[in-house]
Amino acid sequence: MSKVLELKNISKVYGDLHALDNVSLSVDKGEWIAIMGPSGSGKSTMMNIIGCMDKPSSGQVIFDGKDISKESRRKLTEFHRDRIGLVFQQFHLINYLNAVENVMVAQYYHSMPDEKEALAALERVGLKERAKHLPSQLSGGEQQRVCIARALINSPELILADEPTGNLDEANENIVLDIFKQLHKEGTSLVVVTHDPEVGEQAQRIVRLDHGKIVSDKKNELFSEKIKRRDTP
Amino acid sequence: MNTKHKMFVWMVMASLLRRRSRMIVALLAVVVGATILSGLEMIYYDVPRQMSAQFRSYGANVILTPSGDGYINRGELEKCVAEFTDEELEGYTPYRYENTQIHNQPQTLAGVDFDSVLKTSPYWHIVGSLPKSSGQALVGAKAAESLGVKEGDSFSAVNTFEVTSDINTADIPSYEMYSDPETGEMYCDHSLDLTVAGILETGGSEEDYIYISLEDAESLTLSDRGCDIVEVSAAAMQERLTEAVERINESSESVSAKLVKRVTASESTVLTKLQSLVFIVTAVVLVLTMICVATTMTAVITERRREIALRKALGALNGSIIAEFMSECLVLGGFGGILGSVLGYYFAQIVSMNVFGSSIAFRPLLIPITIAASVLVTGLACLVPIKSAVDVDPAIVLKGE
Repeated sequence: MSKVLELKNISKVYGDLHALDNVSLSVDKGEWIAIMGPSGSGKSTMMNIIGCMDKPSSGQVIFDGKDISKESRRKLTEFHRDRIGLVFQQFHLINYLNAVENVMVAQYYHSMPDEKEALAALERVGLKERAKHLPSQLSGGEQQRVCIARALINSPELILADEPTGNLDEANENIVLDIFKQLHKEGTSLVVVTHDPEVGEQAQRIVRLDHGKIVSDKKNELFSEKIKRRDTP
Repeated sequence: MNTKHKMFVWMVMASLLRRRSRMIVALLAVVVGATILSGLEMIYYDVPRQMSAQFRSYGANVILTPSGDGYINRGELEKCVAEFTDEELEGYTPYRYENTQIHNQPQTLAGVDFDSVLKTSPYWHIVGSLPKSSGQALVGAKAAESLGVKEGDSFSAVNTFEVTSDINTADIPSYEMYSDPETGEMYCDHSLDLTVAGILETGGSEEDYIYISLEDAESLTLSDRGCDIVEVSAAAMQERLTEAVERINESSESVSAKLVKRVTASESTVLTKLQSLVFIVTAVVLVLTMICVATTMTAVITERRREIALRKALGALNGSIIAEFMSECLVLGGFGGILGSVLGYYFAQIVSMNVFGSSIAFRPLLIPITIAASVLVTGLACLVPIKSAVDVDPAIVLKGE
């Protein structure tokens, strides 16, 4: 299977602190990976490097066969805009734009805003009826679904989610995980950074980080069983 | 306009309209600055007119006198004052002086036009009233003291003149005429009964004279000879007055025009100083406005660091974010400039009423100037906070660190 992303011997050093220490990781097309670990393990640093919002101190970041680790900030911005969809723990919606306008902002910076497409993305996450509501009029779960719709709108090769259920109650957590499952089924590659075991267990593969190093990288047996059960008539 | 441009405009407008409470604070800063700027601009351009009106209270600023030994006749006078426009000409007063005898003492009488005299001599202080009909006189304070008359008293002014062939003797009663036994020449003691309508107090030489109407002066002398001097009060700058005086002197051989330098020169000096003062105050206000707007916008933009970080995380380039935020500032500056122009007019009106005691002239040209200055100042004030705000690292800001 072809790789969407490959990290080769990535290190990120802040003064004396090694946030990431010679880490290598690859993500196949259509794969769902959970990156887990305690606070300070390097999850966020890894996410920032994968999301092209930060550069490694050393090593290579290969996206679709192209090394982007030495690219300029501007190129990296263009690169992540075209290929990566971001989902944040705190949703980060623009508070004076309504749901559909928030989705259209991502289109605006990518190519051309299209309200119909933005409404379709909201429909995909079950929020078409709330399209004209401002973020302050939406629940936390609804805001996160708008955030996911915004991440999906430009058909990215990879969805990168940072603690996507961290601020949600159980009911909304399940809604968001169901959306991820649907996206995975449709062939979208997902990298989910989380410290919640329940969220991590939904992924196909679980990568554990500690003190800036990968301490385990295993296929999730539970995931295989779930797929088997789902596919058995 | 494609959908991208529409989205740009909508994002700018939504930010202004849906974040009203925040934007009102910023708008207030711009409006206050634009109001003061607009008001001072109006005052700056209206100061010459206002000061000119103020200086008219110091009296005439142009004097017309006969070039030779003659007099200025009515036709010549009309031609000379026509050099001033109706807007400029506040008024003009012809004077003719006659030597008479009152209570057997020599006394100079001045024939004036009482309808216009207060326009050229607004500083005159009259106890009583100006003469309103024939046979009334305004007596200078010193002359009144010397003659021992007060308001309401009557006296006779006697004019002695030689009866020549150009005088119609039919107008002279026989008892007023007599002949000089030595020369045989005929003389006339023509008298005019006068009542004191008011006493004139100026503190100057005007108090030495008795003022009667031009018609009474003609009646006393039986001669319509014209006037000796004309005082002109014109609301115009020194350059314009000089130009008018030169034209009168060029066009008339019998009239000589002069500027009253102590009035025109001091008017010009005070005006230059006052305009410089208003200019400096305007410049200081402009700088203070910029600092005030910059401080407010720094607070408003810093508050939106997270939004800027998000836009960067969504793929916005710095130039694009600067364009969006700068457009907001410019719309704010433009709107603040419009409001400031309107409020500035009322501000200038209040200042003018309090300082000069008259209303200010509305100048439509100052509206686009105020709006342009407001947009420019707001743009400059926003540039630094915006440029520093786009340097945020989205990875750090969005993580909430």
